[in-house]
Amino acid sequence: MATVLVMVLALMTMQALMLFNVGTTTAVAAIQDKIDIAVYFKRAASEDSMLALKKTVERLPQVKNVEYVSSDEALADFKQRHLTDLTINQALAELNQNPLPGSLNIKANDPNDYALIAAYLDKNAPAGLIEKVTYSQHKNAIDRLNKFVDTLNRMGLAVTLFLAFAASLVAFNTIRLAIYSNRDEIGIMRLVGGSNMFIKGPYLVTGIMYGFFGALVAIILMAPIANIINPYLVRLVPEVQLETYFYAHIFPLFGYMMLFGAGLGIISSWIATRRYLRV
Amino acid sequence: MIQFINVSKIYENRAVGLEDISFTIKPGEFVSLVGRSGAGKSTLIKLLIGEEKPTKGRILFGAYEVNKLRSTEMSQLRRQVGIVFQDFRLLANKTAFENVAFALEVGGRPQSEIDEFVPQVLEMVGLPSKRNHFPNQLSGGEKQRVAIARAMIHHPAVVIADEPTGNLDDINSEEIIKLLLRINELGTTVLLATHNKEIVNKLKRRVISMVDGRIVRDEPNGKYIIM
Ligand SMILES: Nc1ncnc2c1ncn2[C@@H]1O[C@H](COP(=O)(O)OP(=O)(O)OP(=O)(O)O)[C@@H](O)[C@H]1O
Ligand SMILES: [Mg+2]
Repeated sequence: MATVLVMVLALMTMQALMLFNVGTTTAVAAIQDKIDIAVYFKRAASEDSMLALKKTVERLPQVKNVEYVSSDEALADFKQRHLTDLTINQALAELNQNPLPGSLNIKANDPNDYALIAAYLDKNAPAGLIEKVTYSQHKNAIDRLNKFVDTLNRMGLAVTLFLAFAASLVAFNTIRLAIYSNRDEIGIMRLVGGSNMFIKGPYLVTGIMYGFFGALVAIILMAPIANIINPYLVRLVPEVQLETYFYAHIFPLFGYMMLFGAGLGIISSWIATRRYLRV
Repeated sequence: MIQFINVSKIYENRAVGLEDISFTIKPGEFVSLVGRSGAGKSTLIKLLIGEEKPTKGRILFGAYEVNKLRSTEMSQLRRQVGIVFQDFRLLANKTAFENVAFALEVGGRPQSEIDEFVPQVLEMVGLPSKRNHFPNQLSGGEKQRVAIARAMIHHPAVVIADEPTGNLDDINSEEIIKLLLRINELGTTVLLATHNKEIVNKLKRRVISMVDGRIVRDEPNGKYIIM
């Protein structure tokens, strides 16, 4: 019983780690998708020179795509967003010239490359073309998010390994005790010619069963947990649908946990029978 | 059938179990192994069934060379032997029937065989009415008869008995020896380790006498003579 309990704990953390990984990968991807570098051109920059820069930047291997927003489009977009704001509309009407610059929105394949791209623009863009490049806030935010995810992953892995080790020890000890309390029977089995597998088999099966039941309990426990925390997660990052993912992948999840649990169980029982069940 | 060739056994604590033992037992023989406590009778039996490894020498058992067997062959060999001990070694949570059946189950024999043979053997040892009794509901003599039933249920070529009468009174001892003689009459080789002088002298069979791990006497129709 205690053996299954510790096994469940180990498998639960493993499961949480797997789900957490899916969640953070989705969340990071979603956030990364929203960010980019914006290059704002000087008012005086010609459309040709802006498009020429777009072409150059597009050829960089780190760049995923580049979107050119002309100063007219920027204005239209701006107006669209402030349709109801009378003061802004009035102010715009009083200006006889479009105050918004043209810009490039650059998306990189890897968020770590934004610094590189920014440096490239700094060095290679024709002088007097670029007003400013905004990326640094994004980069910091992404760096921090990545670090946070990394740390949590590592902690989760450490806890999983630790609990897996604990589960193995407990399983090992349980099987050792079972062998000890059955020693008379085992001795007689040997005397009447029980084969190695006949004597050891039940203990190995027991080890596998710990893994199987551990995985079963872990998956059953996870269902309500996913149900409870899902709304909070969705509020945090709308793209992360923990519950949907959980039910969509319930069999692979169960399979991995069972393999892992049964693996732990059979290794523990194998060592225990090797040490305490010499035939 | 059984052959010991210059076998010695020194235990890890340097106690001498056997010293340069050689003898042969032919199929169908009834051999008594006698000697004082500590003479090495149990050691000899443990080596024969592969429970201990010899320090030196070779032990042949039928086609097997016991000291070279791997565990799978060892269990095959043990299925050709029936063993009886002084302390019965019955499983307390199994009935007489189940204890006897256990030897067949371990060998992977079908239930039909169990249902057929176990009552026959219990009949032969005179316990058909006690088949559903647990060991703590049986007398010492009855327990030993269950143990003998278990030792012979799979028709072994050899039955080995290590002090089977050590915990029994004279009448029960005689019953057990009679059973062993009957088993022997059916063609099974019997090796009986004992220090019961009366029994050995009555048997008038081959006697191997041991002192301090050595064979000091090996006579057909022998007597219990230990100095
Ligand atoms: N496992 C062991 N480890 C160390 N020494 C042992 C071991 N078993 C037996 N011996 C020693 O080997 C010698 C022979 O012992 P063994 O048990 O063979 O005697 P035995 O003839 O069967 O005696 P008994 O009639 O009392 O059963 C003894 O000196 C004993 O102390
Ligand atoms: Mg002895």
